[in-house]
Amino acid sequence: MIRNLTNRIVLIVVVVALALWINFSEDVTVLNPVTDETLFTRNLAPRLGLDLQGGLQVLLEADLPADAKIDPSLMDIARDIVQQRTDALGVNENIIQVAGDRRIVGEFPGLEDTESVLETIQQTGLLEFVDTGDFNPQEGSILVTDYSPTGDAPDLPADGTTVYHTIMTGAELDSISVSQDTAATGYSINFVLKDNGAKIFADHTSANTGKFLTILLDKQVISAPVINDAITGGEGSISGSFTYESANAFGIQLRYGSLPVPLKIVETRIIGPTLGADSLNKSLVAALIGMIIVVLFMTIYYRMPGIVAVISILIYAIVAFALFKWFHFTLSLPGIAGFLLSTGAALDANILIFERIKEELRNGRNLAQSIDQGWTRAWPSIRDSNLSAILTSSILFWFGSTFGATIVKGFSLTLALGVVISLFTAIYVTRTLLVVFLRTFKPQNLERWFGI
Amino acid sequence: MIDILSKRYFYFAFSLLVILPGLILLGTNGLPLSIDFTGGSLIEVQFETGKSLDTTNILTLYEDAGINDAQITTTEIGSLVIRSSFLTNEVRDEILTKMTESSGAEVSIIRFDSVGPSIGKQVASRAALAVGVAALGVIIYITIAFRKVQNAFRYGVCAVIAMIHDVAVVFSVAGIGALFFDWQMDALFLTALLTVIGFSVQDKIVVFDRIRENANLLRKLEYEKLVNHSIVQTLQRSINTQLMTVEFLLLALALFGGITLQEFTVILLVGLLSGTYSSIFVAAPILVLWEKREWTTWFKRKEEAAV
Repeated sequence: MIRNLTNRIVLIVVVVALALWINFSEDVTVLNPVTDETLFTRNLAPRLGLDLQGGLQVLLEADLPADAKIDPSLMDIARDIVQQRTDALGVNENIIQVAGDRRIVGEFPGLEDTESVLETIQQTGLLEFVDTGDFNPQEGSILVTDYSPTGDAPDLPADGTTVYHTIMTGAELDSISVSQDTAATGYSINFVLKDNGAKIFADHTSANTGKFLTILLDKQVISAPVINDAITGGEGSISGSFTYESANAFGIQLRYGSLPVPLKIVETRIIGPTLGADSLNKSLVAALIGMIIVVLFMTIYYRMPGIVAVISILIYAIVAFALFKWFHFTLSLPGIAGFLLSTGAALDANILIFERIKEELRNGRNLAQSIDQGWTRAWPSIRDSNLSAILTSSILFWFGSTFGATIVKGFSLTLALGVVISLFTAIYVTRTLLVVFLRTFKPQNLERWFGI
Repeated sequence: MIDILSKRYFYFAFSLLVILPGLILLGTNGLPLSIDFTGGSLIEVQFETGKSLDTTNILTLYEDAGINDAQITTTEIGSLVIRSSFLTNEVRDEILTKMTESSGAEVSIIRFDSVGPSIGKQVASRAALAVGVAALGVIIYITIAFRKVQNAFRYGVCAVIAMIHDVAVVFSVAGIGALFFDWQMDALFLTALLTVIGFSVQDKIVVFDRIRENANLLRKLEYEKLVNHSIVQTLQRSINTQLMTVEFLLLALALFGGITLQEFTVILLVGLLSGTYSSIFVAAPILVLWEKREWTTWFKRKEEAAV
């Protein structure tokens, strides 16, 4: 029935052992046996979804016309900045992801103080360095500039308002630091520019010494320093009457305020922590009850193969859970439902095979032939039906990721991964175990052992 | 062997009986779309026990903030769900502060969802697109997988007709749920719907696969008998997989899984049941009907009766 049975058993034992190791550890660290250096480490703390532990989810969208093309790399930069800003607030375990081509989804599980996060994100902060010539604008006033994030010509007001030229945006800043002035009277902000920015800056400052270089955050003047000397090395400093606090605040605005694309909040979801904890316990209990009924049914109806299927489903659950942990899947309610459904798919594969084996036995074939035929004949329908399930889950996944609908994404991922693992367990594990059982128990009375 | 297919018009009538009431409800009351698709805000709050605000007071709070379309419902656990048009975070904070002030009670937010109107519309249109793409993908996939069978294309089309049947059943359930339990179609509903589609196709393929296999083995058999034979052979599997395992898992989740998932699991439960039903009682009969071109005789019978 099966050649190289030992190899198969070894492989299954190794896979299960690895999976159990992952399931029961908080993190996995592999040390170099000679030097004791860490070769590899991965944190495996389970991640609970917002629906299970409460928290905040926001969906940000580029605040640009709907038909504007946005460079994907700009969205990535914007994502990094949102991440940095919220990390700076000391919010842990937040996940910020680009969703589709113009949205960013942020999740803050377990967050209680949702307001400060929302405020921080909302300071969208497009930072611009603007040539205002001899004009020294007042701090806080609003200026119109000719910068356009899409690269197209911006819509300029026709009523004669002065439009200032944007020399560069905050995207050209490489690093920012705050230091004490040489005279020790105040603080100044030092900045280093990226290559391209350094060149633009050098050209501009050498041609405009003595003029004002106004810095705008969201078109609002935050500072208007005078260009004292040409800055050609790509490094410079802004000095003025800064205290330590104001210099730091300005530094943070420069560092994190330089979103290359303006963002607006289009969706907010807050889930209270009590609702989450309640749902988690209840759905886990429910899943357990459901599983017990299924185990009973399989054992009573299919007898020995049923028991084999239950063990195989158990292995399926262990492996699936290990993979979920390994790839940092967020455990959510729809995720649990998706997992249960894929368990159903795993059972379906087993049932298809067992029904086939019974049929072959009834047709008078011997046990070995029936088992071989069972697998061969059931395979096309298992393959085709599961491939179609994977096809639809990927459509779901695509849908979920363009809209930052993380619940839909989580559901489809668990479903698809579950289906793939269930193929492995039904085809490989169940068959191997069944042969092991047959060799151990050598059943004679097929009626009793197979329930035909 | 049981003769399943001969009563096919009875099954079609039964399906219509299940589908039509809900669809008529949806037609008269409109789709109960949630803010996920229409845009808007939902706040669920719980007041400290004993201290609560009248709904009229809350409505006034909203009106003071310039929101005139707020609707309030009370949940089973005693919290209040307030739905309205899109609230910015500032307006929401303002309303919550006022709620706390005027009730003098601790107000805890259980849930706050706010979806911008533009994004809601996009979600709705993309969802329709996702379903369309899924249907097309299924036809193509089945046509390829069954290319060795005569009229492979028919199998794909029948699977999609049965799939539309299941979608209609799900909508019907949602329509009835909207009337009696105040259900709404939200992102989870959509997930359930797409899952039903996925599993419905999976189930059709298992039955079709048996027809594919038997078509090679029993070449001489009349098509209707061949299909009937295949259904009967897969019947035990359909019952065991769907009723005994998947439905039990979902039933447990629906009964004990807490309120958040109830609507989702009930829709899955009915939808998956319909998926299995439609393999046997919709998709397969239509295959036979198509093979026999029965529509040519639909109206003849009446003529004969008239003569």
